[in-house]
Amino acid sequence: MKQVTLTINGKSVKTSPRSTILIAARSAGFRIPTLCYHPRLASVGSCRVCVVEIQGRGNLAASCVTPVADGMVVRTDSERVVAARRLVVELLLAGGEHNCSLCAASGDCELQNLAYELGIEKLDFPVEAPGYPRDTSNAMIERDLNKCVLCGRCVRACNEVQVNEVIDIGYRGARAKIVTAFDRNYGDSDCVFCGECVSVCPTGALREKAARFKGRPWEFQKTRTTCVYCGTGCQLDVNVRDGRVVKVTSDFRHGPPNYGSLCAKGRFAYDFIHHPDRLTTPLIKEDDEFREATWDEAMDLVVLGLSAIRNQEGPDAIGVLASARCTNEENYLLQKFTRACLGTNNIDHCARL
Amino acid sequence: MVNSRMSKEIVINVCMGTGGIAAGGRDVMDAFIEAFRERGVDGRVEKHCAVHQVGCRGFCARDVLVDVSLDGERTTYQYIQAAMVPRLVEEHVLGGQPVTEWTVGPEYHAFHDRQVKVVLADCGNIDPDRIEEYEGVGGYTALRRILSEMSPGEVIDVVRESGLRGRGGAGFPTGIKWKICADNESEVKYIICNADEGDPGAFMDRSVIEGNPHAVIEGLIIGAYAIGSAHGYVYIRAEYPLAVERLRRALDQARAKGYLGKGIHGSRFDFDIKVKLGAGAFVCGEETALIASIEGERGMPRSKPPFPVFKGLWGKPTVINNVETLANLPVIFRRGAAWYASVGSEKSKGTKVFALTGKIKNTGLIEVPMGISLKEIIYDIGGGIEKDRAFKAVQTGGPSGGCIPSQHIDLSVDYENLIRMGSMMGSGGMVVLDETDCMVNIAKFFLEFTQSESCGKCTPCRFGTRRLLEILTRITRGQGRPDDIERLERMARTIKDSSLCGLGMSAPNPVLSTIRYFRHEYEAHIHEHRCPAGVCRELITYTIDPERCKGCGKCRRHCPVEAIEGQPKAVHVIQQEKCIKCGSCFEVCPEKFSAVLRA
Repeated sequence: MKQVTLTINGKSVKTSPRSTILIAARSAGFRIPTLCYHPRLASVGSCRVCVVEIQGRGNLAASCVTPVADGMVVRTDSERVVAARRLVVELLLAGGEHNCSLCAASGDCELQNLAYELGIEKLDFPVEAPGYPRDTSNAMIERDLNKCVLCGRCVRACNEVQVNEVIDIGYRGARAKIVTAFDRNYGDSDCVFCGECVSVCPTGALREKAARFKGRPWEFQKTRTTCVYCGTGCQLDVNVRDGRVVKVTSDFRHGPPNYGSLCAKGRFAYDFIHHPDRLTTPLIKEDDEFREATWDEAMDLVVLGLSAIRNQEGPDAIGVLASARCTNEENYLLQKFTRACLGTNNIDHCARL
Repeated sequence: MVNSRMSKEIVINVCMGTGGIAAGGRDVMDAFIEAFRERGVDGRVEKHCAVHQVGCRGFCARDVLVDVSLDGERTTYQYIQAAMVPRLVEEHVLGGQPVTEWTVGPEYHAFHDRQVKVVLADCGNIDPDRIEEYEGVGGYTALRRILSEMSPGEVIDVVRESGLRGRGGAGFPTGIKWKICADNESEVKYIICNADEGDPGAFMDRSVIEGNPHAVIEGLIIGAYAIGSAHGYVYIRAEYPLAVERLRRALDQARAKGYLGKGIHGSRFDFDIKVKLGAGAFVCGEETALIASIEGERGMPRSKPPFPVFKGLWGKPTVINNVETLANLPVIFRRGAAWYASVGSEKSKGTKVFALTGKIKNTGLIEVPMGISLKEIIYDIGGGIEKDRAFKAVQTGGPSGGCIPSQHIDLSVDYENLIRMGSMMGSGGMVVLDETDCMVNIAKFFLEFTQSESCGKCTPCRFGTRRLLEILTRITRGQGRPDDIERLERMARTIKDSSLCGLGMSAPNPVLSTIRYFRHEYEAHIHEHRCPAGVCRELITYTIDPERCKGCGKCRRHCPVEAIEGQPKAVHVIQQEKCIKCGSCFEVCPEKFSAVLRA
C-alpha cells in the first residue's frame, strides 16, 4: 500500500494510510500521553488526553482515533494542546476520589503518571467525588467507582476481548458510570470473573481483592510462567513478595496464546500454592496410613506395580487417563508411554468423559 | 353575509397540533360535531360540512385557533374553548354573522403577514392524516416527476443550485452532502431523517411532522433516490406521540399509494422507511450518537472522521438530514431551484422556521426568509416586548447557541452572521430576553441543561460543563471569585477545543457569548454582589420604604414565611433573616404606594 507523508512537530513522517496520528507519532519517536487508549482494544477517543493540533482544523483532534492523511501538519506539544491535556487531567482528578496514599494502584496508575507528567500540583476546582459505595460483593474483584475515570477500557475488554458483555456505561453527564445490567454489583451480575477488566483498568477502580495490602506494585517480583490449569498454555506473571505469590497478572506483550487474557482460574485461583493442604512430597500408603516418601521411592513403587500387572494379567489390564491440566506435549508423551512402554491402547482423556 | 343555509360548503378547521390539543382542541372539535348534530344542520349542508383537524398554525399563544369557512370565505377565531362553540354554530354557521368579538385581531395578521411560508405553507391548512389533502396541494408531484424524468445526479444538481443548507444547526450544504454520499460506492446506503429535536423550547420539527408529515416523507424519498438508498429511517423522540402517530399513519398511506415500497410509481427505485423512537437523550440529535442509538448501542457519539457519508449506520454510507431540511425539498422541486435561491440572503437560501418564545407578545412558530433582521422578527412579527419593557437580547441556537444583544437588533439573520456574533442558527430556537432577565442566570440555565444531557463519554464535556455550572452558580450566589470570569473564559475555550462531539464543542457558547456582551453583569455579581436584573435571589434584598408605606398590610398577608411585621396603618418592616426573597411583597404592594423596594 502506498505510504502517506505527514509532518509531526516539524519532522516529516512516512506511514501507512491506515495508521492513526498516535501510532505515526509514536513510531517517529514523539511521546503523546494517553489514557483511554489501549493497544489491545478498539480506540474510542473519549478521554481527550491524546489530543493534538492539526493545521487547518478548528478544534483539537484525539490522535488515537484520527487517521493520518497525506500532507497533514500535526503538533503534539503546543501550548494549546498541553492546556487541553492539563484541563482534562485536572477535571478527572476533581471528579473522583483520587487520593494516592490511600490507593492500591499508587505506583501503577496511569492517572497518577499523567498528573505528574503534566506538572499538576494543585487543582483549580473543588473536588466533587461521586460517593459511590465500594463493591465488595465477591472474593475476586473489588470495584471502587469513585476512582473510575470512565475511560471505558473495562467495557471494551469485557465486550470485545472476552465477549462477555457484562458491563457498559450507564447514566449521563457527571453521573455517568460503569454499570452491569440493572446496575447491580459484580457478585449479582453475569460476570464470570475473568478479570479482563481489572487487567486494563488504568487506576485503582478495579483491583484484585485478595492482593489488597499484600504489597505495593514496585515491591513485586514478577516471574513469567505457564498456567497449570489447562493445556492452553497461557502465559502469566506470578507476582511474588517475600517468597509468596500475591497475585497473578499477565501482559498482552507476552503474545500467544493468550495475549494477556486469563480465565477466572488462571487469574484468581492461585491460593493452592501456599495452601497447608498442598502435597509437596509423594505419599505412600502402608497399613492404611500415608507416609511421606521420596520421588525415587514413589516412582520405583509405580514401576513395580505396573510391571507386575502387565506380566500377570497382560497389558490390556492397564488403562491410562490423561489430564486436561497437562500440556499437549505432556499428553503426547503419556500416550506414547502407554502404547510403547505399557503396550496397550487403553488411553483416554478426562475431557472426553 | 352569506346565509349559511344556502352555503354549499362549510369547513371548520381546528388547530390540533400539540399546542392546540393542550389548549383544548380536541374538546373544541368534539363540540362542533356535537353542535352540528344537535342543531339539526339540514342534510344538504351536513353532507358538505367537514370538521377538520389541522396541524400547527404557528400562533400557539392564541390557541385554540379555529377557522370557519363558508363557501371558502374564511374567518379565524382565537382562544376558542368548547363552551364557545354553540354560539359560533348558532350565530356564524347557521346565522351567517361572524362573532366579531372572538375573531383574531390585527396582531394575528401582523404575525402572519411578515412571514414567508414554505415549509409551513400547508401546516394548519391540510389534514395531516389524509394523504389526499397533501396531494391536493401538489404533494408528491415533485417525486413523481423526479422518478420519471430525472437522474439522481440531476436531482443533486437541483438541490445544489437551490443553495439549501442543513436546518439542523450546522448549515452544511445539503446537495454537497448528498453528492459525497452518492459518489461513495456501496451496495447498501442509508438515509435518516433526524427528528430528535431536543433543544429546550424548540418545537419546529414536531410541528412540521404534526402538520404535514407527507412533506417530510416526500423529501426523504427524494433524498434516497438521489444518493441511491433503499432504506430510510426517521429517528424521532418518543416524547412526540402525536407526531409519531401521524408520521406512522402517513407512512402507511404513502405505502398504500405506492410512494414507498418496491418499484415506486413504475420506476426501478425501491425504498421504504422505518420509524425509530429515541428515548429522550439530547445527545442523540448528534448524528453519530443517533446512529449508535439506531444500531441498538448506548446513544454516544463516535469520533469523526470517518463521517457518516463515508461510514455511518452499520458502517455504510449514510446521509442524515433534519426534518425541516427534508420538508423544503418537495417545494424546491415544485417551484424550482432558481426560485428557492431567490429567497434569503447571499449565502443562506430559503426560509427558516423559528420557535419564537420568551418575553415577547406573540409567541409561536414562525417562518421567515433568511436574512430578515432581528428587529423585524421581534417587533413586526413578535409584536414587541411583553409589557413594553426594554429589549435586552435574543438567544438563538438553544443550549449550543448564544445571545445577541440589543445593539445588534438590525442584524440580518443567517448562518454566517449568527456565528460571527458568537451564536448559531441551531435548530431554530429563539428566546427573547428583556431587562428583567439576568444574563448570568441565562447562561446557568443552559449549562444546567447541557451538563445533565452530556452523555459522559468525553472528559471535557462530562466534567467541564459541570465545573462551568459550579462557577456560574457561585457567581449567582454572590460567591464569585475575582478571577472567575477569566477562569470561565479559559475553561470554556478549552472545552470547546477538546470535546468529542458537537454537544461539548458548543456547550460553552452560552457562557462565552454572555461574557462577551454582558461582562458588566458578571462583574456586578462578582465584585458588587449585585444582580442588575434583580433575578438572582441571593443577591436581592427587599425592604420597605418607611416614607411610602401606609400600613395596608397586603404584603404581610401575602408573605409565605411571615417575615413581615407591622400593625395596621403603621409602617411595616421585613425581617431579613426570615425573608426567602420570593418577591411576593414586591408584587402585591399597591402601585400607588410602591413601598417595597428591590435592590
